[in-house]
Amino acid sequence: MYEKNGEKYFVVDTHMHYWNAAEDNWVEGAEQYAKGWIECFYGYHGLGPDDTRWTLEKYKKYSEDDLMSDVFDKGHVDVAIFQPTDLAEWYKEGFNTTERDAILFEKYPDKFVLNTRWDPREGEDGLKTLRHNVERYGCKGVKLYTAEWRQGSRGWKLSDPEAYKYLEACQELGIKNIHAHKGPTIWPLDKDAFDMTDIDHAATDFPELNFIVEHSGIPRIDDFCYLATQEPNVYAGLSVVVGGLMHSRPRFFARCMGELLFWVGEDKMTFGSDYAIWEPKWQVEGFVDWDFPDDEQYADYPRLGVDGKKKILGLNAAKLYGLEVPEEYQLGYGKPAAQDDAKLVTQ
Amino acid sequence: MTAAVAERSRVLAALDTVRDPELDEPITTLGFVSTCVVSAAGDVVVRLRLPTYFCAPNFAFLMVADAYDVVAALPEVRSADVALEDHFASTEINAGVAARAGFAVSFAGEALGELDELRRTFLSKAVLAGTDQVCRPLVAAGLDPAALATMTIGDAPPSAQLERLCRRRAELGLRTDPAAPLLVDPGTGAPITGAEVSLHLARARTSRVGIEANTGICRGMLRHRYGTTGAGEEEDEG
Repeated sequence: MYEKNGEKYFVVDTHMHYWNAAEDNWVEGAEQYAKGWIECFYGYHGLGPDDTRWTLEKYKKYSEDDLMSDVFDKGHVDVAIFQPTDLAEWYKEGFNTTERDAILFEKYPDKFVLNTRWDPREGEDGLKTLRHNVERYGCKGVKLYTAEWRQGSRGWKLSDPEAYKYLEACQELGIKNIHAHKGPTIWPLDKDAFDMTDIDHAATDFPELNFIVEHSGIPRIDDFCYLATQEPNVYAGLSVVVGGLMHSRPRFFARCMGELLFWVGEDKMTFGSDYAIWEPKWQVEGFVDWDFPDDEQYADYPRLGVDGKKKILGLNAAKLYGLEVPEEYQLGYGKPAAQDDAKLVTQ
Repeated sequence: MTAAVAERSRVLAALDTVRDPELDEPITTLGFVSTCVVSAAGDVVVRLRLPTYFCAPNFAFLMVADAYDVVAALPEVRSADVALEDHFASTEINAGVAARAGFAVSFAGEALGELDELRRTFLSKAVLAGTDQVCRPLVAAGLDPAALATMTIGDAPPSAQLERLCRRRAELGLRTDPAAPLLVDPGTGAPITGAEVSLHLARARTSRVGIEANTGICRGMLRHRYGTTGAGEEEDEG
């Protein structure tokens, strides 16, 4: 939790990791990709404040103590949601697998929500694994990484018939939240690399599922905004938006926030730190303090007040995941009830 | 000024015309040109760099190929050696560009086609973003947005932004004559009228935000990765 100016914020970090990119985990023959991947992440890390920078060595593999301290003790986070990314072609035991995240989830079950992942190219075996993970960990969400390389294939789409089988399985297994990475992508090479129409199709055909587009489609936030306005079950995941822009590019951050508030709205935006790309502490504190610069160019945009920030930082995600929020963190707690709350009182 | 120095500035001027298709800005001012060396005999070596090891190879290919084309076309250039460094697909990209093979050939089995469509997609976004740059000051100065629907290019006050917008429109084959409508659908060239105007302007604004935010992230990462200034690099407003 975080408190500022008498306002209490329940914080759900909807997008974080417990990865291992140490050199002894690199797959022989794929070292350049394993190295390139973590260094690419480290480039993003450099967009945070100077005094939050880690060494590349620590960044490759951080400890349980680092994570617990950075996220919960210092980072104001109440509940953190693991979003696995396997990258098994490059990392021997995977980069940030369901199993690795489960180590911490099983140790601190009240602190974490464990999502799993799937890849439609894994066919029946993958479906078995998905069922097993839901049984074992009670997963309510999945992280999908459509640009993942696999045996010569370099990506897939949510609209593929094989992917639909998995989405159907999600519905059947009680998985409600589909976190799709549609951000900086490396593959495939053609126009699909920035295409979000597969999310559009899936969101239309699976109205009971929620599709949280991580990174809000950055670098193609415009395409994402048009998609999200058409689909009631599409959400904007703010991972990378806050971490990558709020400190390094405050004016662009304000405009991205403005665009998301304009097209998507504060009820459909969720905070995610993307830890360990960046620590949540400065992001939560900065976001609570944030406001549009006083400038005519932001006049088109809806304002973001305390209640909107409470929703984005935790209450929206708590709804998506059915998390219990203590009463004093609810909207309107301790304030005189508005007239429309008095449903049984005739005027 | 020696001949080689003069030639280097000509090469850099040529590279100024090569844009990152998505960011719609020259590769020189973005800091993507790490090396530009010209020998007295007219042998040119250009090395390009990108913000990350995993930047999309389709865009990378376009930039390397375009850079090669403009440098090789200079009359005093005897040989052009243009290559991308520190990128997961640099081997394929550099070999493909050097052999003048297309993108699909360079990535046989992995790419479905050439990149013209990609270029068009991002030119369309550049036209939308440019529309915001031209129209926003007019509306800020008190013009009723609805009036934009009947305006022509000739009605808009001359500015660098308007010239740039016209250049982008021309690249898409859209009209740029003074009688051409100011607001057009970049895909079809059809004029935007009546009730469509406010949505069109909102999209124009959002396209501009998308391009600028993306540029901001790319510049930040490039600086973090290299910490050196590229040939012809210019600071942005941040």
